[in-house]
Amino acid sequence: MTRWLPYPVLTASLLVMWLLLNGVSAGHLLLGTVLAIGAARTMAALQPSKPRVRRWDSVVRLVAIVFVDLVRSNIAVGRIIIEGPDRPGQPGFLVVPLALNDRTALAVLACILTATPGTAWLEYRSRRDTLLLHVLDLGEEQDWIDLIKKRYEPLLLEIFE
Amino acid sequence: MSTAILSWSISLAQLLLVAAMACCLYRLVVGPRAQDRVLALDALYVCAMLLLLTIGMLSGGTLYFEAALVIALLGFVSTAALAKFLMRGEVIE
Amino acid sequence: MNATADLPLWVAVLVAIFIIFGAAVTLLGAIGLVRMRTFYARLHAPTLGTTLGTGGVLVASMILSSALQSRLVLHEIAIAVFVTVTTPVTLMLLGRAALYRDRIEKKPGIPPFESER
Repeated sequence: MTRWLPYPVLTASLLVMWLLLNGVSAGHLLLGTVLAIGAARTMAALQPSKPRVRRWDSVVRLVAIVFVDLVRSNIAVGRIIIEGPDRPGQPGFLVVPLALNDRTALAVLACILTATPGTAWLEYRSRRDTLLLHVLDLGEEQDWIDLIKKRYEPLLLEIFE
Repeated sequence: MSTAILSWSISLAQLLLVAAMACCLYRLVVGPRAQDRVLALDALYVCAMLLLLTIGMLSGGTLYFEAALVIALLGFVSTAALAKFLMRGEVIE
Repeated sequence: MNATADLPLWVAVLVAIFIIFGAAVTLLGAIGLVRMRTFYARLHAPTLGTTLGTGGVLVASMILSSALQSRLVLHEIAIAVFVTVTTPVTLMLLGRAALYRDRIEKKPGIPPFESER
């Protein structure tokens, strides 16, 4: 079972994507299944470490939090753009210490931070377990560190580690 | 009435998106550095994709949506390749 | 176009609100791309277009095609998933490339390489 289906979630989502784009029929179901299983097995040959989601309820909470933050930071960045470059707050770099180690968790955190307007992930320093961010409105550095440490990191730790 | 509201709002949205594309184009031409131009090109791709979606909304066919999907795909791959190029000077090492 | 004539008024208004909102947010992001002074500040601007901007236009498109029942809304979902997953990756790559170039040129105000600290 695990040899034939190394990534069940990936296989299922590939199949669903195939059916969504091509229409549901017996032929496409067969073709999509073959392609999805083949792609998942290729993936297994590429990356041996397998991400494991421990708690699905935390995933739902994370998605909700990220959505709220997306809307809030859209408004904040929109205001900054309207005010123009001569406003008081200044953009700047920020170094954040991280307790996360799991590669998938780091990748998810990177996507969340970069997709949110106002913060951009630049570099993860694996030797020091720190993260280099660029923040559009720096203000209080501790506020941004708290946002990552208290809002995202505990949830990601719960989900992946 | 509904038809009028729809066609006016979609035209207005298209106007806004074309203005957004003009802003991206300005940054693409002015630069000043290569990374600014690549960033502008990436934003231009997204605006073009949204513009195609708005065009497709009234026609009702799936053709525009498939084109938008292809633009999203190509935009991702080309920006990734350009970023790689900026970093190392070559795309394939 | 004939099918839109018997569309309920509130559906048309809802579609109009969402599509204009999405396009306006995208325009705001593009204006930010022009107005910001440094590359790293500009890096934040296009994310407005790819989050709420794309979201607004896609929701409008979903509402319209569900109301008209002209076709399924699957393409919008596929595009939304694709844009949300790929934009952070491209922006991250670009940010890292810019950082690398600035460090090589020893620009002021840029955090140095890891080994130099």
